[in-house]
Amino acid sequence: MSELIFEKSRSGRRAFAQAPVDAPEIAIPAELLRSDEPRLPEASELQTVRHFTRLSQKNFSIDTQFYPLGSCTMKYNPRACNALALLPEFAGRHPLGPVSHGQGFLACMYELQEMLKDVTGMKGVSLTPMAGAQGELAGVAMIKAYHDARGDAERTEIIVPDAAHGTNPATANMCGCTVREIPTGPDGDVDIDALKAVLGPKTAGIMLTNPSTLGVFERHIKDIADMVHKAGGLLYYDGANLNAILGKVRPGDMDFDVIHMNLHKTFSTPHGGGGPGSGAVGVNKRLLPFMPIPVVGKTEVDGEALYDWLAEEDIPQSIGRLSGFMGNSGVLLRAYVYMRMIGRDGMERIAEYATLNANYLMARLRDAGFELAYPGRRASHEFIITLKHEAKSVNLTAMDVAKALLDRNFHAPTTYFPLLVPECLLIEPTETESKETLDNFVAAMIDIAKAAKEDGVEYKEAPYRMPVRRLDDVKAARQLDLAYRPESE
Amino acid sequence: MPFIPHTEKDTREMLAAIGADSIEELFDEIPAELRIDHLRGVPEAHNEMEVSRLMRERAAMDGTPMCFIGAGAYEHHIPTAVWDIATRGEFYSAYTPYQAEASQGTLQTIYEYQTMITELTGLDVSNASLYDGASALAEAALMAVRTNRRVKTGLVLLAPGVNPVYEQVAVAIAGAQGLTFERLPVDAATGNVSFDKLEAGRNPVAVVTQQPSFPGTLEDVDRLSDWAHAEGALVIAIANPTSLALLKAPGHWGEKGADIAIGEGQPLGVPLSSGGPYFGYMTCKQQHVRQMPGRIVGRTTDLDGNPGFALTLQAREQHIRRTKATSNICTNQGLMVTAATIYMSLLGFQGLATVARRSHANTTRLVDGLCTIDGVSRLYDGPYFHEAALKLDRAVAPLLTALAEQNFLGGFDLTDFADTDALLVCATETKTDADIDAYIAAFTAAMG
Repeated sequence: MSELIFEKSRSGRRAFAQAPVDAPEIAIPAELLRSDEPRLPEASELQTVRHFTRLSQKNFSIDTQFYPLGSCTMKYNPRACNALALLPEFAGRHPLGPVSHGQGFLACMYELQEMLKDVTGMKGVSLTPMAGAQGELAGVAMIKAYHDARGDAERTEIIVPDAAHGTNPATANMCGCTVREIPTGPDGDVDIDALKAVLGPKTAGIMLTNPSTLGVFERHIKDIADMVHKAGGLLYYDGANLNAILGKVRPGDMDFDVIHMNLHKTFSTPHGGGGPGSGAVGVNKRLLPFMPIPVVGKTEVDGEALYDWLAEEDIPQSIGRLSGFMGNSGVLLRAYVYMRMIGRDGMERIAEYATLNANYLMARLRDAGFELAYPGRRASHEFIITLKHEAKSVNLTAMDVAKALLDRNFHAPTTYFPLLVPECLLIEPTETESKETLDNFVAAMIDIAKAAKEDGVEYKEAPYRMPVRRLDDVKAARQLDLAYRPESE
Repeated sequence: MPFIPHTEKDTREMLAAIGADSIEELFDEIPAELRIDHLRGVPEAHNEMEVSRLMRERAAMDGTPMCFIGAGAYEHHIPTAVWDIATRGEFYSAYTPYQAEASQGTLQTIYEYQTMITELTGLDVSNASLYDGASALAEAALMAVRTNRRVKTGLVLLAPGVNPVYEQVAVAIAGAQGLTFERLPVDAATGNVSFDKLEAGRNPVAVVTQQPSFPGTLEDVDRLSDWAHAEGALVIAIANPTSLALLKAPGHWGEKGADIAIGEGQPLGVPLSSGGPYFGYMTCKQQHVRQMPGRIVGRTTDLDGNPGFALTLQAREQHIRRTKATSNICTNQGLMVTAATIYMSLLGFQGLATVARRSHANTTRLVDGLCTIDGVSRLYDGPYFHEAALKLDRAVAPLLTALAEQNFLGGFDLTDFADTDALLVCATETKTDADIDAYIAAFTAAMG
């Protein structure tokens, strides 16, 4: 580890250019004031810049490494999206400023809503959810509100396939629903008989990701939609894998009632070291009255467009507000810029080349001897290989391969997810990676497996070339050290 | 084909390796009747130059008015270095630090952030952040229910000064889990809680106090915290982090200190940006850490015994616990926390205290100046930090419109909240005496 910024701190040192003119007088009674001095760093501007620049260099990132993290869509984040979202007028705009000083921003938000409606085939879009998981919460809350408004309050069961992201069941629980988990068939599609068995008068809805987290397109989606709707339930679309089908097939056309999109995946806003995300939701006609607020509306006044907020009085049955203002608006601006640069034809190209890259990588790895979890299927924009045989025969686990890849300057794929495939790697190359990069990745994978099989090389202690070796997670949890306290060093 | 590197030769070779004749063939598992030909509502592509021009035109429509609004989001000077570094690709385009060895930069930054925010709030432990201040209240209320298990009422009492939007968000997020939110009685003269009217024996699971309050007043946090603890409730503090350079830290409120502190992290180096992305901070006492939602970073050692950082206590989280998780939250606001950590490092405690004192002094100058105008007076008695409520003798909305035409964002219309014609104004360190005087002059003119 690098020395902590606190250890570089020296009493009395400051970044003087950052201090405003001081004001010694404070008209606040002493009993409300603090008497202790919080130990923030005391460092010069150069020390601070150097410290955090050096820390940044200890990260893998899309800008520096291939990052084939399955279900995360780690594609190139265009620089212009960031620069244009941070134009001074946008960066400095107060969220409670009047619409007279927000027509430029609101126009972008309105057009983003319209573009997302088209891309997803939904009738309404609300941009406020601040991450995919909050979009899920909004979606399930809308499903509940819909049933409640119809006097159908007994519908409290949410069906979730076993391959789902952990956020799906956790969200259903937060919304006061119970979860019915259903298994996946051997070909990666939902087990239809199992679905039939759980459908009934308590069914509120089903949460599906399509293409699924197994990297395959759910072929019976129409039948599933019919069955669930016939049982009185609604369909929720988890947009984690929307990148795979942009401009090819739309959730609305698959009969989904409500969806969330991960703008930080499909529309290339930054992942930022784990956030901010952005989880806009789309709804069909029957859920329009329940959308989270605010939404941006447009009226024509003397032939001129006027954009304004739609709030409680406009959407009285809304599930309410999910953020202090309107969600991660700066992220939404980045997504808007991205979509305008990509354009309608570009959307289709994204799905095509993301799918081409995934199927190419899958074919190459299969030919190199890796076992596919679903060998009879096309890959969507991602696919799974399983190391269950290698784990037994040569003690090469998914974790080992992940750490060995780091030493070869590749970020690891997603490991041990979905939970139903043993020793799995979920690999998503995205459309912005070149054939050479994919070929180099295949070569690294072959090299790792060959060394294990032929030379008995083990990777239990890998990585070796990172800033730190493998970390002791057990100690991290048992001897909690969550903040620097010099007195306990 | 923006951002797609494939040459025609690449595509041919890749299809050959797959054994497909065309890219179209790769979509053959999607039922034909579901397919669409084209998107119609997305415009044609534009190159970077064209989109840049469009965005500059849009930005110019919004302008750069002089802002005297606070109400939960505050304009502060952000050192250039903050976003110069935070938007380095290694921070900007990295993901969740699940592969700890390849994410030590992000992990150490979060550990340093956790240290700084616990120092500011006077509490033991912090998570890696939540979405924003408002949603952090929902998470804190749910955490209080898990922690304070003897209390089964699900009743959360809110001081009168809690931001009303925070309450709305808490209801939307946590309402389905049996929580109810009620307001404590208000003392009309001070805007703070009326201790005379407090009702004992309600058995609340938590009492929430915001300091400074939404309308800018300063609550007797010691007395209210002691009352809440005597009632068997946990104390949840909402605090503006800039104010904590001056005001008593939540960890030291009353005899026992607040149990959980949350708040909007935006004032720590995050641009206003129409309301987001911001970040919600959350700190708590050590004994509650296992009920805390969200990611947490811990320091540990590697195979060589050298120190390093990793996500820890993950057994609380949705990807492990699924329905039994402490929350469905998956992300933190990593990039915003990175910016805040750099901001706090550059300012240090002395710098932050200067920002706080200068903001207090500027707001004092503003309030004193406005109160010399006929028809303008303080709405509440008592001290304030960098935001104060004014009572007006007329409707606020037309006045704000008139000021906006002069390119002043005159404040937040507090009429609904206060149930009388009232305006909430704020002048941070970004304003000069000349700025404040110009606003007072414009206000005077608008009042006619």
